[in-house]
Amino acid sequence: MSDPAATPVAAAAEAVQVRRRLPLWRLLVRDRFALVAAFWLALLVVCMAFGPELLGKAATALDLRARNTPPGSLEKGWLAVLGTDALGRSMLARLVVATRNTMAVALTAITLALLVGGLLGMIAGYVGGWSSHLIMRGADVLQSFPSLLLAVVVLYVLEPRVSNLVVVLAVTRLPVYVRVARAEVLEIRERLFVQAARALGGGRRHILRRHIAPVVAPTLLTILTVDFAVVMLAESSLSFLGIGIQPPEITWGLMVAQGRNHLAVAWWLSFLPGLAIMLAAMSANVLSSWLRTVGDPSQRWRLEAPRGER
Amino acid sequence: MMRYLGQRALHSAIALGALVMLVFFLVRLTGDPASLYLPIDASVEQRQAFSERHGFDRPVLAQFASFVGDVLRGDFGHSIRKDRPALEVVLEAFPTTLSLAVGTMVIAVVLGVVVGSLAAIRPGGMFDRMSTLTSLGAASAPDFWVAITGILLFAVALGWLPTSGTGGWQYWILPLAVLSLRPFGLLVQVVRGSMLSALGSAYVKTARAKGVGEATVVFVHALRNSGLAVVTVAGDQMVGIVNGAVIVETVFGWPGVGKLMIDAVIQRDFTLVQATILVTATAIFVLNVVIDLLYVLLDPRIRHR
Repeated sequence: MSDPAATPVAAAAEAVQVRRRLPLWRLLVRDRFALVAAFWLALLVVCMAFGPELLGKAATALDLRARNTPPGSLEKGWLAVLGTDALGRSMLARLVVATRNTMAVALTAITLALLVGGLLGMIAGYVGGWSSHLIMRGADVLQSFPSLLLAVVVLYVLEPRVSNLVVVLAVTRLPVYVRVARAEVLEIRERLFVQAARALGGGRRHILRRHIAPVVAPTLLTILTVDFAVVMLAESSLSFLGIGIQPPEITWGLMVAQGRNHLAVAWWLSFLPGLAIMLAAMSANVLSSWLRTVGDPSQRWRLEAPRGER
Repeated sequence: MMRYLGQRALHSAIALGALVMLVFFLVRLTGDPASLYLPIDASVEQRQAFSERHGFDRPVLAQFASFVGDVLRGDFGHSIRKDRPALEVVLEAFPTTLSLAVGTMVIAVVLGVVVGSLAAIRPGGMFDRMSTLTSLGAASAPDFWVAITGILLFAVALGWLPTSGTGGWQYWILPLAVLSLRPFGLLVQVVRGSMLSALGSAYVKTARAKGVGEATVVFVHALRNSGLAVVTVAGDQMVGIVNGAVIVETVFGWPGVGKLMIDAVIQRDFTLVQATILVTATAIFVLNVVIDLLYVLLDPRIRHR
């Protein structure tokens, strides 16, 4: 903006832009559900990053005089506001500490699935031929495999370590990304800009990376947000069945399973972690439906138009 | 159509073969069944006799070859734990899971279609916002948690329903409610979305202009449009349940396929695992063909040549 001659043109261009496309955060504010969901997920990310360091001690501190304190009172200190378990450990601290395992497993698994699945799908779509056949049949087999059974068998064969759990969850989600990436690429590769890049002598790798991947990425990212919820629920189920994360590590799913034994005495032990799972999954779903609206030109106006005009 | 079905069957047979092979070798990596089924102080001879009786002493590839031969002759092997033909055990558990799946889908589809359509009539209205929130919650709730919360509330605290087991109609309520929650939530969203686009389209305006009543416009003209999406989601969810509603079957103590499969893996009952996989995978293949035929029935534009 230092060049005075350029300013009016730039300002005009900006004005047009502002009217056409609001920045993403303004669109987020327009959708109250999505805003709350984003805040909640941001809070969870903070818990994931700093939780164990801040509350790790409180989560393991026993206090036998405060066993099974029901939630909702500050009498036993603020840490007991969500109640305590059978050993007097603070539920709040345990929930916060468990955020890291729960979120990290789900995030790593879906990122892995996205990268590997996206790459395989792009190769299948762009290169075609026998490699495409091989990849797609592989995806078919994976998809027809009961994913929970796959997880059970693999986690029995290899011990239920966090890394194995992540890989198993990633593998079960792989087919979705392969299919979507392939379908997108099949359409994109016929477009003019790809043909132009090819005519200019761009190699396969270059075209896939610089021209096709950026167009496929937003679609895959939208799926990623839904999948976050799916994978988190799957991890919780596995931990609930006792073949996911093993104690003394904790995740929300494991907390529900552990609380099940005390159900009649202390309902909050399984209820609260389950609620945490549901709220996180719900936030991811809300955010992904918002992302879909933003990414869909025929729906985006619902967020851009001022209230009342919708 | 026949050619399409044939091709479809061939593809599924290849996938099924790969699946069976994978399972066959994977389960054998979980450990030696002899150490589970014989007492700890069993002698080496006893262990050997056990392995020989069940054929585990032969090379894995030879075991696989005779397994394939047996299956082609319709013999699925003998379950170690139940001491009965494995196929018999699986077919006994299958109706339980199937009836759970069908019941769930009937409930979820009827409720999902009605609520989704009503929500689409006035987008952004009170009912729409309520149903959006409810359906999102239903789709995001972890089923094991809903199951034990339901038991706590309706069986333990209120005493209206039995906690677990099978029997009269009361035993069906909680499992069906828990299972139909996620399909219901997804269906509401799908129906609402496709209804919204249908209600804004020209043929609905035409119907209104002809003077067709509002109820007929919504539930006959516009709803037909969402048929495909409903079949896709409901089919996908149904496949999931037939695959094994493991959690619900475990929590409610239902003797279904999912529980059978998990127990068989844990107890290293290899023949039973293989038989379960083969039967459910076949069932899923049939289900997928039915879904495809439904597509053709619902949308005459789809013709498989």
